[in-house]
Amino acid sequence: MTSGEKYVAAAYGVFLVFVLVWAAIIATKLARLERETAELVRLTERRVADDVDG
Amino acid sequence: MSSRNNLPILAFAAAGLLGLAVLLALLVAPEDANQGVSQRIFYFHVPIALTAYLCFGLGAWKALRLLWVGGDRRDLESYTWIHQGTIFGALTLITGSIWARASWGVWWSWSSNQLVLFLVLFLFYCAYFMLRFSIEPGPRRERISAVYALFGVALIPVSFLAIRLASDFIHPTVFTREGPQMTGEMFAAFCCSWAAITLLAYVMYRTELAGKRTDLNLRALREALAR
Repeated sequence: MTSGEKYVAAAYGVFLVFVLVWAAIIATKLARLERETAELVRLTERRVADDVDG
Repeated sequence: MSSRNNLPILAFAAAGLLGLAVLLALLVAPEDANQGVSQRIFYFHVPIALTAYLCFGLGAWKALRLLWVGGDRRDLESYTWIHQGTIFGALTLITGSIWARASWGVWWSWSSNQLVLFLVLFLFYCAYFMLRFSIEPGPRRERISAVYALFGVALIPVSFLAIRLASDFIHPTVFTREGPQMTGEMFAAFCCSWAAITLLAYVMYRTELAGKRTDLNLRALREALAR
């Protein structure tokens, strides 16, 4: 691989890494949103159960 | 099909176009006579820079609409576009720096107006986030952020035209009044990359916006349940 080719590979590689890092951040955020949604569902179910009992 | 559920199709289209763009840029486009293989960075570097300008411009447009018409959803849209612009701005600086090292032998040249003005634009929008997160959420933050985003848009034409106003001629000028200074295959590779990266930016914007809206909705739901 020539020096010029290495720089081209580096430039395209940086772009790929950026997109992958972005996807990883979004995936982390999605996992957090999923946890929070599940927590809110549990909270709502508990509240509905309390309303029925009380 | 509504615009709500076309995001996966757009994401696949962006991935396909990006693959095609890489093939065209690396295998189909002929090698540049002056710069050799390193010129192939151009096919991604310039579309990334143009996409960054577009994202900042759209952020400013949403900010203008917020100040003109109002509505907190425009604040989130403006913020998300500027966030995308910053991501693509960082990529522009990094890929440009790699290209500069390959072509000029240096990672950075302070004598090139184009580079310095792009850095100023990038840092200006980085400061947008510092300003935004130093103010409590609410209408005041929305208005101040919108005004700041609008000020930044004035730097875009200056940065874009700097290459033509510059007297050093270090940074290459590919698009002149006579048209693009490249072969048809090179221009096709460039256009494909530009379309792919613009579409990718739009998909990223829509994904991030959906995440931020869901976050806000969940927060509102949590507060409502806590009462």
